[in-house]
Amino acid sequence: MSLRTALKALPTMLRIGFSEAVAYRAEMIIWVLATTMPLIMLALWSAVARGGPVGRFGQAEFTGYFLAAFCVRQMTSSWVAWLVSYEVKQGTLAMRLLRPISPLLAYATEVLAGIPLRVAIVLPVLGISLWVAGAERAVPTSLGGWGLFALGITGAWLITFYLNVLLGTLSLFLESSQKLMEVYMVLFFVCSGYMFPVEFFPPGVRTVMEWLPFRYQMGLPVELMTGAHSAKDAWALLGAQWTWVLGLGVVSLTVWRRGLARFAAFGG
Amino acid sequence: MNAKRYLRLLGVQLKASGLLALQYRADFLAEGLTSLAWTFTALAPLFVVFGARPSIEGWTFQESLLVVGWFTLLQGVLEGAISPSLTGMVEHIRKGTLDFVLLKPADAQFLVSTQRFLPWRAVNVLSGVGLFVYAFVSLGRWPSLPGVFASLVLLGTSMLILYSMWILVVSAAFFVVKVDNLTYLFTSIFDAARWPSSVFRGSLAWVFTFIIPLALMTTFPALALLGRLPWTWLVGAVVGSVAFAAVARWVWLMSIRHYTSASS
Repeated sequence: MSLRTALKALPTMLRIGFSEAVAYRAEMIIWVLATTMPLIMLALWSAVARGGPVGRFGQAEFTGYFLAAFCVRQMTSSWVAWLVSYEVKQGTLAMRLLRPISPLLAYATEVLAGIPLRVAIVLPVLGISLWVAGAERAVPTSLGGWGLFALGITGAWLITFYLNVLLGTLSLFLESSQKLMEVYMVLFFVCSGYMFPVEFFPPGVRTVMEWLPFRYQMGLPVELMTGAHSAKDAWALLGAQWTWVLGLGVVSLTVWRRGLARFAAFGG
Repeated sequence: MNAKRYLRLLGVQLKASGLLALQYRADFLAEGLTSLAWTFTALAPLFVVFGARPSIEGWTFQESLLVVGWFTLLQGVLEGAISPSLTGMVEHIRKGTLDFVLLKPADAQFLVSTQRFLPWRAVNVLSGVGLFVYAFVSLGRWPSLPGVFASLVLLGTSMLILYSMWILVVSAAFFVVKVDNLTYLFTSIFDAARWPSSVFRGSLAWVFTFIIPLALMTTFPALALLGRLPWTWLVGAVVGSVAFAAVARWVWLMSIRHYTSASS
């Protein structure tokens, strides 16, 4: 596969992906409803904040944080791990491999093509957040802030995608990586800032969190969206995030190649 | 004689699941680890929340631990006994193999809801009980006998509701074939049950009490163990859950009647 074929096919693939997303819109709505955890956590933390602020978080800050978490989850969610392990099990991955375009690129466009529809869901939530929490707690207020946020959410998307590829590909080595995905979800929920801001961890645990990839999938873009960091801190965190992006990119692609070599052995 | 036959059938199905579970030994360890990890997830936010406040909406840390205990226990029941079978049911509908189940000389609902168990999920039940013990030890007292009795009754009603809700979700599979994300939706809504219901206010509180009776499943039994549950609530829970189950059964029968097999 040359880069040119891939680039030429990209718009078509995105268009197909978008049509598919629209065709299965009911399914997407259900997925969105299934990711309402931030709203439940919002209710919980609001109850906590009724007695006074927690750290720098009052009612309005919690609203801004968790609605941002909801939005970030919508924009960065990825189901590629599940898809890969399903296609390996069913053997349909073979059909994807016959095409002159890398399956990984196909998966990526499939996820990306769903984003316009997800934006349509995110916008009203963002509106509510702006109204309830105020602009400075809901979105970046400067152009530079938007730039940092864009960088952060792109990095978050890539980390999530690569982790998904890695988990999915492991199903080529183990019989099933379903359980592994569950463990991953658990870690993601606790460590990423999805259930509560990462800064609520005690200092020692927080250092561990900074070293793990999870907080860069959720916490960092949310914090950038709600303007929690100075530009200097933001750049340092973004540096750590993009180091993870590069590292995971290399690892997941390597594992994918090795895995494919094994996959060929199934049929041939 | 009928009940005896069904009991024997249940035994056969249980044995089959047990053997199936033994087949994938590597999964065993992973499964145990996930169960423990889920218990930990249920606890981590609790530590963080109560690190900020000694009590929230009238619930102390130890008391909330009881709610989490019930949540963990019910999660074990849900994931070990209820959802595997019914996920299998969705597969049946999609592949058109449900016809084979309907043709069998036993109640179809019984057959589909007992077709598969994940015995390893019993870890969840044990960790739930562990949480109860820990909570009461640190509270420095033990639940009263009527309290334990009431909570056991409520365990029955919670399981009945959980099962009925699941049956409702699966009945929906007859109409919208792709239902595996519906089951996912259900699991994520059930997640809200790990918090004392008084945390939720406004419309959310109403939904979680009357439409999706989460409060009844975890908060009521915890209150019962603490000896704080009014008897009228207990009666209400029993009547409510039986009514709920009756509705679910009726919906199930309707769905089966409307079912046209894949071939016809």
